[in-house]
Amino acid sequence: MNSAVPRAVLIWLLAMLTGVVIVWNSRFAADMSFFLPAHPSAGQQVLVNQIKEGVVSRLLMIAIVGGDADQRATLSRDLRRRLESDERFASVQNGEAGSHDADREFLFKHRYLLSPAVTPARFTVDGLRSAIANSIDLLASPAGFVLKPLLTRDPTGELVEVLGSLNAGSQPDMRGGVWASRDGERAMLLLQTGALGSDTDGQEAAIKEIRDAFAASVETAGISGTSIEISGPGVFAVNARALIKGEVTRLSLISSLAIICVLFFVYRSPRLLTLGLLPVVSGVLAGIVAVSLAYGTVFGITVGFGSALIGEAVDYSIYYFVQSARKGYAGWRERFWPTIRLGVLTSVCGFGALLFSGFPGLAQLGLYSLSGVLAAAIVTRFVLPELAGGVTMARDLSPLGKTVAKGIRAAHALRWPVLLLAALAAAHLLVHRTSLWYPDLSVLSTATAEESALDMRLRGDIAAPDARYMVVINAADREAALQAAEVAGDKLDRLVAAGTIASYDTPARFLPSAARQQARCASLPASEELRLRLQTAQAGSPLAAERLAGFIDDVAASRTQCAISRDSLAGTGLAFLVDALVQAHSGGVSVLMPLHPAAGEAGQPLAIDAVRDALAGTDALVIDLKAELDQLYRDYLREAILLSMGGLLAIVLLLAATLRSPGRLVAVMLPLVLSVLLVIAGLSLLGERLHLLHLVGMLLIVAVGSNYALFFDRANDQHRLDAETLASMLIANLTTAIGFGTLALSKVPVLHAVGVTVGPGAILALLLTAIFVRS
Amino acid sequence: MIRKLFVGFFLALLTLPALGAFDVGQLMSDLAGNKGGRVKFIEKKYISFLDRPVVSTGEMTYTAPDRLEKRTVTPKPEILLLDRDMLSIVREKQRLSINLANQPEALAFIDSIRGTLAGNRAALEKNYLLHLAGSFDNWTLTLLPSDQKIAALVQRIVVTGSGSQVRSIEYLQADGDRSVLSIEPLEGK
Repeated sequence: MNSAVPRAVLIWLLAMLTGVVIVWNSRFAADMSFFLPAHPSAGQQVLVNQIKEGVVSRLLMIAIVGGDADQRATLSRDLRRRLESDERFASVQNGEAGSHDADREFLFKHRYLLSPAVTPARFTVDGLRSAIANSIDLLASPAGFVLKPLLTRDPTGELVEVLGSLNAGSQPDMRGGVWASRDGERAMLLLQTGALGSDTDGQEAAIKEIRDAFAASVETAGISGTSIEISGPGVFAVNARALIKGEVTRLSLISSLAIICVLFFVYRSPRLLTLGLLPVVSGVLAGIVAVSLAYGTVFGITVGFGSALIGEAVDYSIYYFVQSARKGYAGWRERFWPTIRLGVLTSVCGFGALLFSGFPGLAQLGLYSLSGVLAAAIVTRFVLPELAGGVTMARDLSPLGKTVAKGIRAAHALRWPVLLLAALAAAHLLVHRTSLWYPDLSVLSTATAEESALDMRLRGDIAAPDARYMVVINAADREAALQAAEVAGDKLDRLVAAGTIASYDTPARFLPSAARQQARCASLPASEELRLRLQTAQAGSPLAAERLAGFIDDVAASRTQCAISRDSLAGTGLAFLVDALVQAHSGGVSVLMPLHPAAGEAGQPLAIDAVRDALAGTDALVIDLKAELDQLYRDYLREAILLSMGGLLAIVLLLAATLRSPGRLVAVMLPLVLSVLLVIAGLSLLGERLHLLHLVGMLLIVAVGSNYALFFDRANDQHRLDAETLASMLIANLTTAIGFGTLALSKVPVLHAVGVTVGPGAILALLLTAIFVRS
Repeated sequence: MIRKLFVGFFLALLTLPALGAFDVGQLMSDLAGNKGGRVKFIEKKYISFLDRPVVSTGEMTYTAPDRLEKRTVTPKPEILLLDRDMLSIVREKQRLSINLANQPEALAFIDSIRGTLAGNRAALEKNYLLHLAGSFDNWTLTLLPSDQKIAALVQRIVVTGSGSQVRSIEYLQADGDRSVLSIEPLEGK
């Protein structure tokens, strides 16, 4: 032993220690960022912001089920009371009377700054006469009794103007004075969390708070037989995280235990088993460290992929122990290491291609696997032999190898049937090529069918806002953004009048720009002037000017309060609305103006081109979030195709450069291509919804499967594949299949797709290579 | 014949103090026999702060048992449609729909009209105490809310009519304001 011996081990130990420290301090996340684009376009950026912190992402819908209508209403009221005082919730609504008192009070108090009808012309003699006459006419209507009490203070009907531009959309039904589902069997509440949609901890705390509060309400009211249902993006995020957390543990455990069993069966030695797992542990650690250092945050799904990495990384130590049993370390290094190294490089090509993905989750999986495989191979080559000393496997595996060899000779007969099968598979794929890939990002969602169904039901019952379409305005500061929103709003008003859209939301409705507030304020005449004008205007009217003292006082008061700010809104539900629609960020301020489609149910398409035309010439962006999401998925899919092709090309070039023979290259590649064909056709036939992770799986079949094909190629070169090598390949293939196959058990679609593709693919790759090996 | 009439008149005289011959039940069945039709209306609202009442005119169409359409022509065109529990109001470009099943007080208020037109005694007695005066040709039905929540909206409703035809409905609101709806049948339904 020379001095390099302890050095390699020392470096390894040091690296492992550093790794543990880094992993200990890593941030793990299981939120939607996994799926959100790393380099978003302007439209996608809006989508990303909405998903991470938009109003809709903070929405929680609650249904109280069971009991009778009165009991549910009692619980709904009590629950609202409990949650309303909780800072975790920005807004708690259940339709209760009086719950909007603060909002109405604010709107009434500041009506002369908020009403779009306030202009100098409104307060001329003619303007006053016509506005007041209009209000009196309104008293004739059944709707009139609502405004009668305020008429002498607001004779021009500014509150009607302010409320008229507000369209609450379709309101939920009511039972017992609170919101109820369509069938009346559930009481409904709508909550906005203070926590952002991307803050899974905050969402989890909020959901727990709701459940606790409901339990307390039930106990206080002494009502039994009722329960609560909660849905919303936060619930999905929390459930997804719990699912991924559970799966990381479960899958790693299953895969590790199965692989340990296989290894123990092969080695029959705890010492070899322990040594054999060292490269695996090193690989997993290296993978997490690399991701943590490169991205700052490690996604739960990435860690879940560890199960596959374990299966792949354990191969190297298997090769070492089995193959060096007879030839010793030096013989192994000389005879087998170059082949293994080439296999490692093809794997690196496969995983490395993913690094270029704009889909952050995919890029992480690529970096994780690449670093893991590389680390495991390096530890096997440089550290494992030193640690193992002279210890090799005592057990003779040649009987197993001989059986395998016999099987391979017999398998040659299967060449034509396999080719025929592959032709059928190709034909199937060709016929179904247009419907093969699932065209929607939702296929990657971890939500179960029940969760989605509950969400749909609650959404329908509560008429939850659908924020599919929005106008987005970016400006340097809040004032500029609000002014631009007002310009866009004036144009949108014409579309509302024309019936192109039903309505739109804008923060400028409750918080007009300072410029517009000033202009409205300047429209208000001084008290004496107003009194004179009213005298003239109201001559002959049933509403005598003398009765309008309250109006004159209110106008006078408004003239002294010409600036409302965000702080003026404090304590009202409007503050929350404004905050949701005005977002300050490093580049300035963005204003969102959600659009509501004309008539019909939510989800109806909106004439987005008409909106674009109307806003042409302004800097406003008109965005259809669903189209953005669809486009995002199409971009991912197209990119995944490109990356897979790139990865494949890299592997082919690597092999061509190393093998230096077109015949050998074809012999290595043919079984791999056939495996991919058979696996994809098989999955399609089994009704699996194929998506971009299956596509990535196809690349990984080639990247991982080539390791086995290469052994056959090298052996061919030296005219014989000995029994030990065959046995080692068989065992390594089994562990890889276990590793990836375990992922197939996952309920996380990303992991499931890779597992269900690469697991069978790895086995097929070995099988077909054996069948097609040149005899 | 004359003797029969005389006997009838005499009997009617005898029962006048108790209104035995013309009671709420009789009126209700008469009203229920009216299957609907088109009428002109004039509605006057007397409001405390207005020197003159607000007057609106238009047509109403009633289709038994629960569809009522009120088309206001002056001062501003407006269509109010009550179909079962759905109340919708269309005024200029604005359209408002309310499901009255959600609003028990408003429903009770509106049921005062609908219940009278339909002759639905049970519906009326659910929320009001009924008092009938006058004769078949000229009756006055007074509805007094029995529920505190409805009383907060309306103190008293007075319906007058002749035979199965309602002539006027007067609402005395809780704040002292009142509205009078006068109805005149249109010839040829």
